[in-house]
Amino acid sequence: MRSQNEFSYGGDATVKRPEINKEVTDQEWDNFVYNRVSPRGKHLELWQHLSGCRQWIKVERDTATHEIFNTYKANEEIA
Amino acid sequence: MTQSYRIETGGLINRNKKISFKFNGVTYFGYEGDTLASALLANGVHLVGRSFKYHRPRGFFGAGVDEPYAVVQLYRNGETEPNIKATEQELFEGLEASSVNCWPSVNFDIGAINNFLKIFLPAGFYYKTFMWPKSFWYKIYEPFIRKAAGLGVASTKHDKERYEHKYEYCDFLIVGSGPSGLASAYSAAKNGAKVILAEDKPRYGGSLLTSDVNIGNQSGKDWADGIISELKEMPNVSVKNRSQVFGYYDHNMLVMSEKVSDHLPKTKKYHPNKRLWYIRAKEVLISSGSIERPIVFGNNDTPGVMLSSAAKEYLKVYGVLVGKKPLVFTNNDSGYETAIEFKKHGVDSIVLDSRSNPQSEIIDEAKNLGINIKNSYVVVAAQGYKKVKSADVATISEDKKTLGKIENIICDCICVSGFWTPTIHLASQSGNKTKFNEEIDAFVPGVSKQNESTLGAANGVFTLEETLKTSFDKGKELSKKITEKDNEVSIPNVVEKKYSKHDKFWCVPLPKGKNYKRFLDFQNDVAVSDVEIALREGYRSIEHVKRYTTLGMATDQGKTSNLNGLQLVSEIENKVVPSVGHTTFRPPYTPISIGAIVGREVGKHSKPTRKSPIHNWHEEHNAVFVDAGVWLRPRYYKKGNETLFEASKREAKNVRTNVGVCDVTTLGKIDVKGPDAAEFLNRVYTNAWLKLPVGKARYGVMLREDGVVMDDGTTTRISENHYHMTTTTAQAANVLSHLEYYLQLVWPELNVNVVSTTEQWAGAAIAGPKSRDLLKKLFPKTDVSNEGLPFMGYVEGDLFGVKARIFRISFSGELAYEVNVESDNGRFMWEKIIELGEEFQIQPYGTEALSTLRIEMGHVAGSELDGRTIPYDNALEGLLSKKKDFIGKRSLRRTAFVAEDRQRIVGVVPLDKKTSIPEGSHLVKDASAPLPNKKLGHISASCWSVEHDNPFSLAILKDGKNMIGEKLFVMSPLKNKVIPVEIVSSHYVDPKGERVRS
Repeated sequence: MRSQNEFSYGGDATVKRPEINKEVTDQEWDNFVYNRVSPRGKHLELWQHLSGCRQWIKVERDTATHEIFNTYKANEEIA
Repeated sequence: MTQSYRIETGGLINRNKKISFKFNGVTYFGYEGDTLASALLANGVHLVGRSFKYHRPRGFFGAGVDEPYAVVQLYRNGETEPNIKATEQELFEGLEASSVNCWPSVNFDIGAINNFLKIFLPAGFYYKTFMWPKSFWYKIYEPFIRKAAGLGVASTKHDKERYEHKYEYCDFLIVGSGPSGLASAYSAAKNGAKVILAEDKPRYGGSLLTSDVNIGNQSGKDWADGIISELKEMPNVSVKNRSQVFGYYDHNMLVMSEKVSDHLPKTKKYHPNKRLWYIRAKEVLISSGSIERPIVFGNNDTPGVMLSSAAKEYLKVYGVLVGKKPLVFTNNDSGYETAIEFKKHGVDSIVLDSRSNPQSEIIDEAKNLGINIKNSYVVVAAQGYKKVKSADVATISEDKKTLGKIENIICDCICVSGFWTPTIHLASQSGNKTKFNEEIDAFVPGVSKQNESTLGAANGVFTLEETLKTSFDKGKELSKKITEKDNEVSIPNVVEKKYSKHDKFWCVPLPKGKNYKRFLDFQNDVAVSDVEIALREGYRSIEHVKRYTTLGMATDQGKTSNLNGLQLVSEIENKVVPSVGHTTFRPPYTPISIGAIVGREVGKHSKPTRKSPIHNWHEEHNAVFVDAGVWLRPRYYKKGNETLFEASKREAKNVRTNVGVCDVTTLGKIDVKGPDAAEFLNRVYTNAWLKLPVGKARYGVMLREDGVVMDDGTTTRISENHYHMTTTTAQAANVLSHLEYYLQLVWPELNVNVVSTTEQWAGAAIAGPKSRDLLKKLFPKTDVSNEGLPFMGYVEGDLFGVKARIFRISFSGELAYEVNVESDNGRFMWEKIIELGEEFQIQPYGTEALSTLRIEMGHVAGSELDGRTIPYDNALEGLLSKKKDFIGKRSLRRTAFVAEDRQRIVGVVPLDKKTSIPEGSHLVKDASAPLPNKKLGHISASCWSVEHDNPFSLAILKDGKNMIGEKLFVMSPLKNKVIPVEIVSSHYVDPKGERVRS
């Protein structure tokens, strides 16, 4: 168990950056940079263990109750 | 003054220790163990303040945390604290307090004229009236309201007291040390559970201190004392008094404020004033008891009208009579306890009971004692202005709608009891769905969301026998699960009097032809008529009614007013209370000192201080420091009586003419290593990196994905797969996180590692036309000629036995170098530079001169790269590669980013060449245009150009590209300045950049 103070929030973990050197439409780019859903309930999000091992991790968290269901490594595939 | 309302014996105060204190400048005496409230009442002082809106006289209403009136300004040991409840403040020798919200004095208050103008001040008055005319708001209404409203005055001095934070874990946090708290704590502790028992008052026992009951053949108080001393002996139990659990948060985390020193004349050495506890508990047992609620009647805010339970507490705990001719007005049996207590001390009271024919043991006892009881009687209105002098009373019909003939009874206090409201705040904060219990006309906790249970009166259980049984059982049952022990605890016998049912009656109707104010919320002056207006005007939701009328929004948060407000709304709306619902309970339960919340993180403790390894040298040489993020950097080196302006000018000038040295250790440094490092940099920076040779540095700009500039800096290729990146001081941490984000999440296929090396290297920038001459002396064995070490070149050197990195880079725009050595050698390097630089007239320079040098060169820094500008705005578009992709590139095609008249960096010079331009000022075309004057841009950085000897600023200006040569105005409403200026190139010195290459 680590204190929440050691972590910093990094946004929605389901957003995928378009590949480098690949042409994308305005809409695709806007979706990547700006457009986010703001769900009440389960949310997969990024956190970085900033004052610690410096790993980025994915956290499945309930935005209403703050309950944490699961954590994943940065490169872990999520079913 | 004599304590004429103190009874001869009795109470829990220490009569052997007399204490003197001052209230509103008058000296009084009380005893150790008194509160400020009980000591004032002992002296017959009832008038303690003025109400919020109408400035009506205010006295005492309760005896604890629920007190709505008696908030005072407290003076202690040279400090002052506003809004202290007199009912909670313990008396100490030398205490001084004064009334708040009255001017010029509590006895004569000019604001009380509002009382006679009250038809002008109904609910929503401020919203309606002060909206019009608009211009009156700032000049007339706002200052007037400011003076008239408000409570105490916050101190403007630095708070010398210390506040601590403490983190604790336990199996059980038990809130309240009344019967249910003691019983549950006892059985949990007996099973070996780790228990924290918190009591907000100084004395343990809760209702047992004032009730007339018998537990296990002793008085309730003796039983409580026994349990407490037994608990205190147990190693697994922590018993805390003066500790208010005020917030219930997620994951069973609760916050408690412990008053460590407030009851002492002076905080003991090494002690905190308050201690804030963050407690994570496996189980929380809420035994916070209940608060008596008032019955609403005319002028029910007159000093001398108070809760019947408070009158009993003043008598039993403090030995104080709140009056000598009391009238008790009740709708239940509790009022009789107070009347009996008065009688025991020889004071005859009259009991008015709204019920027609109540029967119970306690009523029989009152009758047997000869107490005058009037059934079906109510108080219609209190009479008297600064103190109750009499009461208008009348009979009331069975349906509670019709009053009989008004009679007048002489009395000096009215003790009112409208039954009990469970204290469900913590349960509600935890997420518990509360439910309405019609049996007691109040909300009680329902289904728990977290591991929380509410016991005793807080759960609507008002008999001691049931409270003790359920609490012993609960503590035992829950602790068994945690400790796996099951020790038997015997439940003691209880002797208590049985209560009859209370009357569902809470508000006395107005008699014909009378328009008495009947107050619901005593601190915010919200009367029945105000809520009626809100409903008439269409407010339906209880949350809206609350905000429109301010019902329950005062510092007592409606502890005595909420339920009566709900009853009123449901009655007018013809609904039942549960469908009206209650307003949300939020932490804190009661006001908490800001100091306690802040804790030790004040001043220099609020963040770490980072110092360069050369810091001590700077200190020894009269450096004046400035905060740069968490770093302390020399701002300038003061010589004699120099001002900042004079010193920075001297230092900058010396760089332009001779040579200067600046500590640049604070720059962020990141090692980028790995076979794919070049490819990675190529994606991170906007310019091309694949072909940078070993031993060369390059300036780079990195963007966020939205196209805005994130940071800039130079990166040097140290060896094949090793790059040394520098960032700005402020952005160092963000840049590292940014790089890690891309390496770990976006492009994990790139074989690159990044690590911060900021603290590993000490850096010195050597700048000025004579810098090469100095470098030759520092590194005699290294070729540092223009050919051997050209602009943007890098070599390693030997600084008298110390390994050094030499970069030929320049922030000042002069011929310049940056030398890095391992941190431990930082001071050695610095002293060598100063020593060998002497013959070249070297001077150290601070951040102020550094800024001057970069501003007049038009080099951008944090004030231009402010998170709102793109490369074009900073004249950095030449660094945008067209051939490759990079982070943020796709965003630069956005319409606004390619607009013809896009904002761009320019230089600004005042026409008079004298007036300094304040940073943050706006640029406008016409200084006398009507407001709002259209803003064309803003001044990002200002300096006194040492090259031209006149003020010079950088600005981000709309259509900056086409504005060179234009005459505009700089306006600073904050400094009340209008300055005519000319727009020039941002490169004010050496526009071709020849010096850095010389």
